[in-house]
Amino acid sequence: MTVTRAEVCVTAVAECFRGDGEILANPIGTIPMIGGRLARASFEPDLLMTDGEAALISNHAAFAWPEGRVIEAYNPYRSMFDLVWSGRRHVIMGASQIDRFGNQNFAAIGADYTRPRAQLLGFRGAPGNTVNDATSYWVPNHGPRVFVESVDVVTGVGWDRAAAAGPAATRYLDLRRVVTNLAVLDWETLDHRMRLRSCHPGVSVTEVEAATGFELVIPDQVPDSRLPSPEELDLIRSVIDPEGRRETEVPA
Amino acid sequence: MSDKRLTEDEVVAELRSGMTIGIGGWGSRRKPMSLVRAIARSALRDLTLVSYGGPDVGVLCATGQVKRVVYAFVSLDTIALDPHFRSARQAGAVEDEPWDEGLFLLGLQAAAWRVPFLPSRVGLGSDLMRLNPRLATVRSPFGDGEELVAAPALELDAALCHLDRADARGNACFLGPDLYFDDLFLRAAARRYISTEKVVATQDLLGEAGTEQRLRIHRAMVDGVVERRGGAHFTDCRPDYERDEAFQKEYAGAASSAEAWDSFRTDWVDLPEHEYQARVAAR
Repeated sequence: MTVTRAEVCVTAVAECFRGDGEILANPIGTIPMIGGRLARASFEPDLLMTDGEAALISNHAAFAWPEGRVIEAYNPYRSMFDLVWSGRRHVIMGASQIDRFGNQNFAAIGADYTRPRAQLLGFRGAPGNTVNDATSYWVPNHGPRVFVESVDVVTGVGWDRAAAAGPAATRYLDLRRVVTNLAVLDWETLDHRMRLRSCHPGVSVTEVEAATGFELVIPDQVPDSRLPSPEELDLIRSVIDPEGRRETEVPA
Repeated sequence: MSDKRLTEDEVVAELRSGMTIGIGGWGSRRKPMSLVRAIARSALRDLTLVSYGGPDVGVLCATGQVKRVVYAFVSLDTIALDPHFRSARQAGAVEDEPWDEGLFLLGLQAAAWRVPFLPSRVGLGSDLMRLNPRLATVRSPFGDGEELVAAPALELDAALCHLDRADARGNACFLGPDLYFDDLFLRAAARRYISTEKVVATQDLLGEAGTEQRLRIHRAMVDGVVERRGGAHFTDCRPDYERDEAFQKEYAGAASSAEAWDSFRTDWVDLPEHEYQARVAAR
């Protein structure tokens, strides 16, 4: 059975949540939502997950629940901030730009913030997410326009900016990983510079370096990102994402 | 016993140019669109909008009535960005005051509680501190000495919200999945107006709500009630109606050129609200 790149990405996202226990897994985006569900349906059964709106549900399916939602708790936006600020959450956000220390931007592109070249999402919850909770990122289009030397606006806080802001900013800062369509990256280095953790099968280190606009820390041995097990693959294909939405976000 | 029922135009007549107006709902969900359309038809200008932004912000940016936007996002949910807001920003036509969406709740809460600020970790290390001139830091007076962000009170001259059911005195309930922060908008404002799908007798309100836990807005929080079925159209107002996605696409498409907006404006903005509703029903 051939495993697609999208399914490798899903599995890499699931791995982000390994060891998280009984917290809210809050993956934003198509592949992240499938990956979070996979983690809970296999090796992290205590994770909490939302229906994308105001309920925490235990269903394994990621997007549609024709048999009905199994609601564990009511979780309107106000309760969501209680969760976020109490630290019981691991979020996966997108990034229009990200730098080597994990500063993220999805607010606006351009040197002049008062008149940006491209207005994007705004700050959303990125400042609060990053200084309060475990944070990972999902980038479906790994390239030098996303992985940049310096972001135009810091929405999600990186290691260096948090350190400069002081102990109240670093106290709960916990940047974990970046999963992309090519690779998995992390900050498990002495000075929190971004490191290549694994390449998806079929992707070379050179390819990842060329797609990254700054110098990555490259370990002597870079493993392949792991493949899903047959059981995991069956969960992804039959239960979590039977419509195959994953393949539209990362085409084969 | 006061009957607070007003028309949209009567609400707008109580507003002034230059005011700071908070708008309830979230993204393209349960927005008081009939009130927004009434503002869009009015001579009001130089408004500061405070909003979990959706087409409320987009429409008033398109009509050129906005001076400043106080926001964490302006999204149409199924369309990630409101293109009218985008255009205004990229043209440098509106002042931008960025917030984190959680910090924003603290700003409203501070105003509601009549304190100058509430402390938070949110914003530390981010460019909010550089780009939002109203944010400052404050040192904890306790042994920890942590330096935190002071979220300033988001005081509103007026708040506009759309609730599913209300009585004529301003008691109201939401029937959908989330109240969002409508109660805080109303508590943070000097003048408070709601529109509602249906005005019912007070003794029928609980039956409409199903449970008293949905009766989250009471009459001391509300100065005016506008009864308007379809008042949130084209945003989501479940269970009364879902978002009108086809209409929203047309609205978004109208940002493609000045001509497209003029045409949309003629068809869907510059007309009395009852005609708007009749046209929507005839689509």
